[in-house]
Order: sequence, then structure tokens, then C-alpha cells
Amino acid sequence: MSAPEEARATVLNRIRAALGVASLDRARRTAVARRLERHPCGTIPSRATRRGEERVALLTDMLTKQGADVSRVPTQKEAVGAIASYLGTCNLPPRLRMGADPVLAALPWREAWDIERSFGRAEPGDKASLSRALVAAAETGTLFLASGRDNPTTLSFLPEAHTILIAASDIVGSYEEAWDRVRAIYGRGTLPRTVNLISGPSRTADIEQTIVRGAHGPRRLLVLILG
Amino acid sequence: MGNGRQDFKTNAARALADIALQKALQNVKRGFVVKREAARAKLPEFDTLREEARAIKDHTLSHLDLYLDAYERKVAESGGSVHYAPTAADARAIVLRLCQEAGAKLVTKGKSMVSEEIGLNAHLQAAKIEVVETDLGEYIVQLRGERPSHIIAPVIHLNKEMIEADFRRAHQRLPRERRLDRAQDIVGEARILLREKFLSADVGITGANLLIAETGSSVIVTNEGNGDLTSTLPRMHIVVASIEKIVPTLEDAATILRLLARSATGQEITTYTTFATGPRREGDPDGPTAYHVVLLDNGRSEMLGNEFADMLRCIRCGACLNHCPVYGAIGGHAYGSIYPGPMGAVLTPQLQGIDRARDLPNASSFCGRCEAVCPMDIPLPDMMRTWRERDFARGNPPLSERLLLKVWAYAARRSRLYHALARVVMPFLARRAGARGRLSQMPFGKAWTGTRDLPAPQGRTFQSLYARARPKGRP
Repeated sequence: MSAPEEARATVLNRIRAALGVASLDRARRTAVARRLERHPCGTIPSRATRRGEERVALLTDMLTKQGADVSRVPTQKEAVGAIASYLGTCNLPPRLRMGADPVLAALPWREAWDIERSFGRAEPGDKASLSRALVAAAETGTLFLASGRDNPTTLSFLPEAHTILIAASDIVGSYEEAWDRVRAIYGRGTLPRTVNLISGPSRTADIEQTIVRGAHGPRRLLVLILG
Repeated sequence: MGNGRQDFKTNAARALADIALQKALQNVKRGFVVKREAARAKLPEFDTLREEARAIKDHTLSHLDLYLDAYERKVAESGGSVHYAPTAADARAIVLRLCQEAGAKLVTKGKSMVSEEIGLNAHLQAAKIEVVETDLGEYIVQLRGERPSHIIAPVIHLNKEMIEADFRRAHQRLPRERRLDRAQDIVGEARILLREKFLSADVGITGANLLIAETGSSVIVTNEGNGDLTSTLPRMHIVVASIEKIVPTLEDAATILRLLARSATGQEITTYTTFATGPRREGDPDGPTAYHVVLLDNGRSEMLGNEFADMLRCIRCGACLNHCPVYGAIGGHAYGSIYPGPMGAVLTPQLQGIDRARDLPNASSFCGRCEAVCPMDIPLPDMMRTWRERDFARGNPPLSERLLLKVWAYAARRSRLYHALARVVMPFLARRAGARGRLSQMPFGKAWTGTRDLPAPQGRTFQSLYARARPKGRP
């Protein structure tokens, strides 16, 4: 055995010895395989079972309490308008970094406003960025972002201001429903390199328990709910 | 791993006399206890989730070998590697080798208690690798050459003025006249300085709050976003995690995450919860090109088979520290271990040996609040009692303590003698205590009364009250 294999065997054998089990115990293997296969769901908080507008209201309320700005935009045109005016409010130039997400690309950028867009991962000088959330769980105001070309991870952490677009139809109640959506897209047991659950702007309370926004990530987060 | 045995009593005495520390410790109650209770009250399902989380962990731990095996296969499928480390030394060696293979000169770190447990920073620095902690609290602790005093709030022992002084000393190249007296100024300065480090680091090291067997993911929860910059920007991401962090599925992770932040900081959820699975995929514009997980045992497999198995459910939320009257009085450093408070009093003797850490399970008033607030329902007081029994059986307590216990046990087994003594001693103590009902001095009791009063017995003995109130004809 190589050294890594030996280390692995040492740990696993110690575990089996401590549990008093044999490695090939059928019943145990079945129990584990079944749990991974069925991924049973625990108790879902009742607040996560709200529907329709009540659910959107819960997401908005949670995000607002956690320091995010939330804007409901019925149309695509209004989404672009909201981004432009947000950059103005933040005293930032009308420049935006974004990925290749087709939903974001399809927004009426030229028609309505004149925001200068650049594409790809975030660079150190970028002040503002735009991403699209795959799904959002209303129970704690939590947006799920998947890494990749469409929405590079750095967009969520490097710029000072981050905007996230979420379609109202992609808001679900609980984390479990959100994971089911992710499974439907990426397949079972498979995730993109990262799934970032984001529930507000960056913060810290390390100094005397005083909450300060904008620790290492974005100081401001705007969430646009489309539709 | 610090210095348990000889120093605890000295450390505790010093901590009680430290005015700045006592002021800083007031923030524990204001910041954590009140917020946790509010968060719990807002989630009516909290207690049900606690039972379910306990069951998830118990199931996982009793199938730990198989879940590790499943997890490992998933990590490999996503392009990452898992390395088993039976001991702390093994884990240090593996991380160093990975860093050297990556040609690393600068390593950024997210907050990780396991890396503290294995003394990782010193090991990498000895090999001429620069290591920078990026969690604000951990960064301050590193500037001061200290260790964290709390598992989720590393600088809870410090006041703002002390941190300001550290920043002025360490950041000499910044203008002297800059303002640093508000928390936001300090945060802003750390942001500027650490940005450079994030962008030039070769390797990023994080811990893991959870590992998921279903997907091969490591999960970290942060509020600052430092963990994500650490795991996203460098070309290699190394996760250092202990074997008991594993859960079967994303649903199981969801249940535990509902308890974690609420129990820790009183947040509904932390700002960032990140599920990392393997290295950068084809076509990805960012993320590390290599992803490694170092799985640490370091005594945990032994705990799985002994009286301390329940401790392996711990999710490191810190609620037991925040609600502990002993921790609240002396802070974390006095424990001489990176795991302080009730969870540390159980874990440290396992890691350092009871002979070295015998004072820790003895430093408890057994008020039971730690168990009551533990989101994983860990019987911490029971386990501290078990350590005390082991300690006694090994003959560790000093002769005076053993003699006193023997005398008490002799009397307690003889009820007439015991009652006769109680009838004499109780009024004596009550008289000495006077109208205040508290003793500020007691023969042979200086260790107790040196820093607090002893409440005197009130009125008659329980036995005599019971005898009087008992309905006739009943035992």
C-alpha cells in the first residue's frame, strides 16, 4: 500500500473498530445507499410554505432586514432602469461587469439606458456587477447562484456593489425546494463548482459585536425581482 | 496545543482581575445570548429541527466509514482529491506538501478551527511560506501573535481601542493621521490590506462546516466573504476538515444550517453559505484549478467508540461558550486550548489527555445551560462528569481534595451522622453570613471566596422541612 492508501485504511479501520462493524455489512451499506438515493426531507418551517405574493413578500422582508436593497421590477425594461438608477444612488459610474447569462443578455440594454457593460470574470478595478440567481429560498431571503461562464463567482465577491436578478417564478419557499431545482438542472448528486447562497451584503461583527457592512465582499447588494 | 494543566488556575485568576477583558466579555451577552433567543423565538420549528439534526448526525456517525467512502468518490468524480490524515502531524505534512507542489509563496486562509487544532500556520511559516488569516477576527489575532479566544468570535476578548493600537503598530506604511477609532474604519483598512493578499495568493485554505456525501461538496458559512475570496482566487483550494463534519445529503445540510447561524450569532442564516465541489470546470472563467480535501482524524475515531461519541455531533456554533458562566467570567484564553468553554472542556482532554487538561472539566458549575442551548443536544455536563470520574480514578486530584471527598462520602453514606452534622454546620454558616446571607470568607475555602461570595444555607434542612410537611401515614 502507498502512504495515502495506508492513511486511509488506518482511519477507516479505526472507525469500524470503534463502531464494532465489519466493512462488508450488507444492511449498513443498504441503509447508506438508500439515504443517498432518496435524500429524505426533514421538517420544513411553516413560513417556507407561503405561496404567491406572500412568498415574494417574505423574501423581500428577509433580504431587507439583512441589509440588502430589494426592487420589484415588473418588466425587463424596468430592470435595466433600476440598475442604472442604483449605480447613480451609489455614486458609481454607469459601468457593469457581467457573465454570459442569456437571460441577462436578453435585457433591453440599448433600448432603455446607456450602461457600459463588460463581460467575463470580475477584475480588481470593477465597481459593480450583475448576476442572475438560479433560484431563491424565501424562508431566509437566500439567493442561490451557480458558478460558470454565465455567472462567474468573482462577480459576487470582488466589486463594491453587486446586483442580482431573480425571476419571480424562480422564488421557492424552502432550501429543499431550491435544491430540487438545482438537481433538475445539474443532475442528481452533481453540483457546479460552487453554489453560493447569498442572503445580504458582506458584513462583520468581529469588533465589539458592532455590525459593519462591506467587510471583504460587496458593501451593497441590490436584488431585482423580475415579473 | 496550548498549556492546559499547570496554567488554568493561574490564567483564570489573572483573567478575573483583567479589567479590559472583563469589559470586552460583556459583549458576549449583548451580542450572542440575546440575539440567539430572538432568532429561536422566530422559528417555531426550532426544537423539532434540533431533534432531527441530532438524528441525522447519529445516523451518519454510526455509518461514518461508508459515508466517507461515498463522499470521497464524489470528490474524485468532480476532479478533486481527498487525503486522510490520521494525526495532526499527518495533516500538517499533507498541507505543506500540497503548498510546495503548487510552488506557493503566499497562502490566504479562511477561518478554520481544525487548522488551529493542528497548528498549521506555524508549520507552513517554518517552511518560509507566508500565511495570512483573512477573517477579520483571525487577522487581528494573527497581528497580535495570539490565538482565538472564541470559536466563532476570535477577538471577543478585545476592545476597539486595543485593536486600533494593533493596526497602527502593524500598518506603519499607512498615514498616521488616518482615522481608526470607529469599527468601520478598522474594517475598511483591513479590507484594503487584505485585498492585495487575496489577489496575489497562490493557495487558499479554508475549513468546512459541513461535508456532503451526496455531492462531494464542502460547505463554509461566513459573513465577510473572505472565505469565498480565499477559495475562488488562488490556483489551489485546500479544505482542512475533520471526519465528523460529514452529512449524507443536501436536505440534511439544510436542517443543520437552519440551526447553525441561529445558535451561533442569532442570524437567520449567515450572509454567505458556499457549497464548493471540485476545481474549476471546463469553460469556467474563475475558480481554482486544483481542489484538495484533507480529512483529519486526530482522536475522533477513538471517540466514536467511547463515552464521548455524542461530542462528535458538535457543529462548532459556540452557543455553549456564550451561555457558560465560567466562560463569561474568564474568557477563552484561560482554557489553554483552542476549544474553550463547555465543548472544549469535553474535547480538550480527549485531544491533550486528561492528565494535562484535568482542570477543564472541573471548571464547571453544572448549571446545565450549555446542554439546554446546544442545537445538537449534546449532554455536555454528563460528559464533563465522566471526565471527572476518570480523573479521580487516575489519582489526579490533590490529596486534600481526595480526603475531603472521602470524608464527605463517609458521612453521606450514614444518614444519622450526616443530619447531625448538617444541624450543627448550617446554623453556624447562616450566623456567620449575617443579614446578607452570603459568606465572603470561609475556612479552607479561599479558592471559592477569593472572587465571589458563597451563599449561606437558609433556614432548616430539607429533611426536617419534609418531615414536618409530610402528610401523616405516608413515607
